[in-house]
This record gives sequence, structure tokens and C-alpha cells, in this order.
Amino acid sequence: MDAISRRDFLKASGSLLVSVSLPGAALSQSVATAGKLGGKPPLVPDELDSWIAILPDGSVTAYFGKMDMGQGVDVAIAQMVAEELDVPFDRVNVVMGDTAWTCNQGGASGSTGIQRGGVTLRNAAAEARRILVDRAAKKLGVSTSELVVADGVVMVPGYARQRVSYGELIGGQHFHHKVEWNKQYGNPLAIKVAAQPKDPSQYKVVGKSYPQKVISDKVLGRAEYITDVKVEGMLHARVIRPPNAGCAPLAIDESSLAGIPGARVVREKDFVAVVAEREWDAVRAAEALKVRWGPECAPFPTMDALYDHIRKAKATASQAPVNRGNVAEALKTAHRIVQAEYEWPLQSHASMGPACAIADMNSTEPHTWTGSQKPHYVRSGSARICGMPVEKVRTTWVMGPGSYGRNDAGDAAVDAALLSKLTGRTVRVQYMRHDATAWDPKGPAGVFRGRAGLDAAGKVVAYEFHAKGFSRQDVVQVEADPKDTLVGQLTGWKPKGNLIFQTPAEVYAFDNKRCSWDTVPPMLDRASPLRTGHLRDPLGPETHFASESFIDEIAIAAGADPVAFRLAYLKDERHAAVVKAVAEKARWRSGPNPNRGKGDVMVGRGVSYTERNGTVVAVIADVEVDRRTGRVWAKKFTVAHDCGQIINPATLRNTIEGNVVQAVSRTLFEEVRFDQNRVHSVDWVTYPILELSDAPEAIDIVLIDRPSMAPQGAGEPSTRTVPAAIANAIFDATGVRMRRVPITPERMKAALAQI
Amino acid sequence: MNKSISLVVDGKPVLVNLDPAMPLLYALRSELGLNNPKFGCGKAQCGACTVHLDGAPVRSCVLPVAAAAGRRVTTLAGLGTPERPHPLQKAYIEEQVPQCGYCLSGWIMTAAAFLETNPRPTDAQIREAMAGIKCRCGTHMAIMRAIKRASQTTTA
Repeated sequence: MDAISRRDFLKASGSLLVSVSLPGAALSQSVATAGKLGGKPPLVPDELDSWIAILPDGSVTAYFGKMDMGQGVDVAIAQMVAEELDVPFDRVNVVMGDTAWTCNQGGASGSTGIQRGGVTLRNAAAEARRILVDRAAKKLGVSTSELVVADGVVMVPGYARQRVSYGELIGGQHFHHKVEWNKQYGNPLAIKVAAQPKDPSQYKVVGKSYPQKVISDKVLGRAEYITDVKVEGMLHARVIRPPNAGCAPLAIDESSLAGIPGARVVREKDFVAVVAEREWDAVRAAEALKVRWGPECAPFPTMDALYDHIRKAKATASQAPVNRGNVAEALKTAHRIVQAEYEWPLQSHASMGPACAIADMNSTEPHTWTGSQKPHYVRSGSARICGMPVEKVRTTWVMGPGSYGRNDAGDAAVDAALLSKLTGRTVRVQYMRHDATAWDPKGPAGVFRGRAGLDAAGKVVAYEFHAKGFSRQDVVQVEADPKDTLVGQLTGWKPKGNLIFQTPAEVYAFDNKRCSWDTVPPMLDRASPLRTGHLRDPLGPETHFASESFIDEIAIAAGADPVAFRLAYLKDERHAAVVKAVAEKARWRSGPNPNRGKGDVMVGRGVSYTERNGTVVAVIADVEVDRRTGRVWAKKFTVAHDCGQIINPATLRNTIEGNVVQAVSRTLFEEVRFDQNRVHSVDWVTYPILELSDAPEAIDIVLIDRPSMAPQGAGEPSTRTVPAAIANAIFDATGVRMRRVPITPERMKAALAQI
Repeated sequence: MNKSISLVVDGKPVLVNLDPAMPLLYALRSELGLNNPKFGCGKAQCGACTVHLDGAPVRSCVLPVAAAAGRRVTTLAGLGTPERPHPLQKAYIEEQVPQCGYCLSGWIMTAAAFLETNPRPTDAQIREAMAGIKCRCGTHMAIMRAIKRASQTTTA
């Protein structure tokens, strides 16, 4: 057999070590070229060159300080930029998430990729076009009003020789042009420019369904993920978490690593890791290492006492964002009171792969690589834990194994930085499955109480909604400060966090209305596997599962049809429009389900509507409930979605589908399991999520496009609408109201047995 | 104790000198520099590490490399090429299936073997055959469309 050696194979397969200067897919050839252009002004938001570059061949590079998590935001950005510059879509390259190339626009955050990030790029592109047309006018000796631009060529219509391309005008040089910046970083960053972006009636590229270029690389197994980045000379690390929450390492028996080549322990205060030259040896070392941990502190309530724990806990912060009329007085006049309480569990991001990060903090140009959706903040967190100036560090985002908020990637990145400093080497941290599922920041659990008063005619005279639960920012949404990371908290950084909960986002016009919230203290104040943070649509599914289930309960108590009832109180045209659209598309029929409770497989449908930062969504769920097994199949969804101006309908549809399916998973399957000492959800068996057998049969989507309106977000809004639609459909099918998530077969069966 | 093990990976014969207990996934990723089978759980619970061993899907995260000795290993990158993608890869691109895409080896490698045995499956058969494979982004609707599309374009 003509076997070839490993080295030859590596050569033949073209996968030699990635060099330090060109890591990650983020750096395309065009960027490398753009980077060689001399005299680039500093990377600050008030320089046009920080946003747009025209290369000598006339192609365009857009520098985007947010990033795509797989839903195609970068495609939309390329479309917005191509549109304003009048260049073909495929002439725009979007560079994302490298702190050396992009301003801090907040990373992926709050579904604002297009809404905030894209609008900034749109303004920058419009300004670049204005400048280029000005220059062309001078060069051609005509006025700007005589010029048109097509495919990156500025020309006088009808005069074939009076033309000049962008490449000829500026290719390879910088604009050196100031724009007005609002002096903010992150999501609020905005710029003002002299140019007026195009009127939507002129759009040729925006509104069309361009594909995601990266998908073919992914599907053909050629895409590079953060887990694939290899930096020469890197050590492999695994972190060692205590079996019981709140325990510290009392003694470490390093001799337990004897026989594993190069394996050793790295420790800083309560943070413990093992490192080895080869990855498999690091894995073996993590399994072999003997550590004595203590003392046990039993920081958690038993799992079945979680909601009582929340009910009884002292509020750490309270707000009543909605307080209209006088609810208490109105309740006294009510003919009938409706009240109910709902519960939502702790949930894990459970990203498809555990986090991975690489850090080289010892070179003269410290560099970290992360899959975190907020690389600009990883840069700060990495620098701070090593005690170095933030500006000194470069962080490069490379796409990761799924990201839906502040997941384990934020922790791994800062782990890697500290381990690099402690070992004097470049270090790659790869979490194992339990590090991800058991130890990622959790979506908060909460208890939600609704109370409403109806008059004799069934009109709502008072409405009260109160949410109480763990803060959405027990660790804040960015890993910019070590105090918001596990490694920081294990090495003496005092946790701080913020106290934030929320009330429902809807515009029901009840005369007397009060919506309020309380946060409760974290169960363990430091390095907790049950610390709470941002998980896709933070508090959205939690809060709106309760509020939209409760609206349904009021409607039914009032003897009203759930769609008609909502419409009666929705005075805002856009909000009413999604409810009407979803009802029409799903052929909603009013009146109680004539087949309720009949047969072994009971069918029903439910409606739900919500708002999120300018996007409105209504959902109708069709479910089957199997009396024998308790299985709920969310069989079909109809979704009406209005996120303002639509940039790319196809990626929007896929994004909505992903939201719906993930939300079905969270509603029917997901709950972090724990006892008084530890988290028991450590993998996919102990933290099950939806599989294909439970996916819906169909998701019908009605996109309401509003071209003249600013684009809003779509990455999260439909997540929050789904849970109550399912619960309302279950009620329609069975007559049973499910007020606790997840609605597992066991719970469903138990609830059915009680009627 | 390391051992010399020869195997054929994506059509190329290779010789490695490794701990025979090392999972095939680590041999492919760390030792041979092949990136496309992914580490998802290390417990054969998610599918992200799936490769074909002599044409049958296996979870490389738990399969000792010694068990692959003398056998053909095919990864997602060896299933098709940009010029000649596998029908499933073609369908996945046409349907724009993946979001993060980290799960793809699980779905495509499993579905490719499944369509070999059942080229015209019903929806119910597809749902059953894909049991145990995870996608966290919730792209299941597009996955169904792509598998069905591929099943309609492959020759029985």
C-alpha cells in the first residue's frame, strides 16, 4: 500500500497550520489588499474610511462592527451597501468582527444587525457615493445632476465616453472624509452624513433574495470555524469545574496526570485548568485529574421548589413601566376577576458545540480569536484579565457553533487569555459538553401573575401583570469585564451584574393597566452555573408565554373569540394588521372548538401576538395532543411578521423559521435540571431539545413589507410569540390550560388526567 | 502505547502513529488537520462528528481510531466537491439550509447513507431516520425540504 505520511497528507489536503497573520475566515483576500493601502486614517467611527473602502478593481469592502450568527445579516448589509453605491451585490465584501478592521457596533445584539448596524453602513455607503459622484463631476466637467451611476461607473447618460468608474476615481486610496458620529459605541453607535440615502422606490438590490455566500463552504465542509483555527505552537487547554457549585479546589493531585505526555495543571486562585501539547492529551488529563473540592454549600433550592423560592424571595429591584389609570379601584368595580400564574424554567443556550477560543497574550501584538458574538468586548475582557491596555489587544471573530446571546463563548475567551498569560504560550481552550450545558449563563426562570377585571358586558376594566424572576443580567450581556465571566469571578473579581426584568411588549388599550416586575437575588452570587444572562430574546418567551396565555384566558372568560378580543383592544394599525393577517392566512374561525377534548389525538389552534423593538408578530399554532402519551405536536404555524422594510425576504423567512422551531423546543422540551448542589443538565440526554420528529409539518409565513419604513429587527421577535400560541392551542384542543413550561408529555398527561 | 494505523481518508491512504484508543474524531481533526467533522458532545448524542466508515455513518467522537484501521473514512468534505457536490449538498445549498452550520456532518452524512437504502422516503421515514441528530438553530424545516429535494433528484 502506498501509504503517505501524516505530514504529506497535511500538505496534500492543504490544511497546514494557519499562520498567525491570516487567521480565520474573517480575513478575505480583499481585506488583506485593503489593508495594504497606505495612509488609512485611524479606525474611528467618524472616518468614512472606517466603514467603506473601494479597491483598485472597483469592488467594495464594507466594515461591519456587528456580525452574522448564521441568519444572513452580512448578506443584508452587502445589499444595503450595494444599493446605495449602485454596484452589483457580488462586488461588495463584508468584513465582520475583527477589532483591527471594524468599529465597535456592539457585535450581534438585540436583533439590531440591520436595524442599527445596517443603517450606519447604509449612511456610510450613501456618503461614499455622494463623494464619488462629486469627484466624477469635477473630472468629467459636468454637474452632479447630469450624472447617473450604474455598476460602479459614473456616467452622463447618452454620452458613452463621459464615464469614470469608482476604481478609477478612488480605487486603492482612502476617502479621508469625516462623518458626524454620535460619540457612542456599541448598539447606539450612529453616524450622520450629508448624503441622503436612496428613496426605497428606487431600490434594485434591497428587497431581493440573495443567497448567503458562506453556505456552500459550510455544506461542502470547507468553512472555517473558531474550533478549526490553529495557531502555531498553541497549547491545548481544558478547564476543570467543580462537581458541586460554589466549591473551591482544596488540593490538586498533579501526580494523577503522570503518564500523560506534557500534561500539567495551571491554577490561579479558584480557577483550574489542564494544558498539554496535544489535544487528546488535554482531554485525558482533564478526565484523570484528581482534585479535592470543598466545602459543599448547597446553594440552590431543590428543583421542585424553584418557583416557590422565586415567589418568596425578597425583590432586589422593582419597576412598573406601565401604570395607567387606577387598577386597584377598577378591580373593585369589576363584575368578574380573572387571574392566573405562569412559570418558566431556567434554560441553557446549549449551543451546538461547546465554546472554543484561542489567545496569544505574550507577543508584542497580543491577539485573541473567539466565536463570541461580541468580539470587541472579548478584546476588553481579555486585556483586563491580563492587566494590559485594551488598545494593545486585537480580537478576531471566527464563526462559532451557534450563538444566541451571552453563551459560554464569552467565558472561554477570557479563560484563554488568562491561561495564555499564565503559561507564556498561545493557548486554545475547548470546552467539553458539560462545560457548555451545565456552566453557560442561563435564561432566567420566573413566575408571572396576571389579574384582570371584566365588567358585566365582558369588557376589560382593569389589567395587571406582574413578573418576578432572576435578572436577565446577573452577568451582563458582554464579557468586557472579567467580573462578568466565570474565570474573573474565580480569580477574585467581584461580580456586579445589573438588575433587570421586563414586562410584556404589547399595546392593548386597557383603560386601567399596570405592568410591573421584580428581580430576585441570584441563588449563588459567584461563579454560579445557574447565573442568568441573555438567551435569545432575553425574557421574551418567558414574559410573553405568560402575558399572551393570560390574554387568552381573559378572552375566554369574556366569552370572546381570541382573535376578535385582541383586535378589540389593539388600536395601533401595524399591531392590528399582523393579527388580521395571521387570522386570514390561517383561515381562523371564531367560536369554541367543536371537537375539544374528543378522541385520542385532540387537535386545536391558538393565537398569540407580541411586539419587540419595533417589530410586530402574530402567530397561530395548530397542535395535536395525544391523550395516551401526553405528547404535544406543534404541527403547524402561521406567522405574520412586520419588521418594517424588508432587505432580503429569503433569509428573513429562514430566520423566522429558526425562531419558531427553537421556540417550540424551548416551550415543549427545555428545562435545566439541578439539585441543591449541582446542575444535572450536562449533555443532550439530560438537556433534551427538539429533534426532527417533533418539528412542525409546515410554517406558513406572511411577510408584511413596509418599504418606506426603517428596517427593524428579525433575529428574535418571533421567538417570544410562539410559546403562548402553543399553550393556547393546547387549551383549544383539550380544555386544559398549561401554565408551566416545558409542556412535557408527563406534565400534559398529568394535567389531562385531572379533568 | 502508540500504534501504527493505516486508513483511507477521503480517498487518500494515510498512516498515523497514535494511541489506538484515541477517538477517530481527534485523529482526523488534530492529527490529520481535517476540520469538517465537528466536536459537539463527545458522547455520540448530537451527530456533529459523523463520518462514513466504509459507507456507513458512525459517530467519530466515540469510535477508537483503531476500529477504523484498514477502512475507508469519508468526511463531509470527501462526500462531494464544489464541482460535483453530493445531491444532498446541492439541495442544502439550494435550500440555504444551515444557519451556524456546525451540525451539518450529522445531518448530511446520515441522510446520505439513508437515501442509499431508501431513495424515495416518506416524510415520516425521514423524521425517523434522523432521530438523534441535533440542530440548535432550528433549521429543521429547511432540512426536511433539502432531504426531500435530494431524494427526488437522486436516481434510485
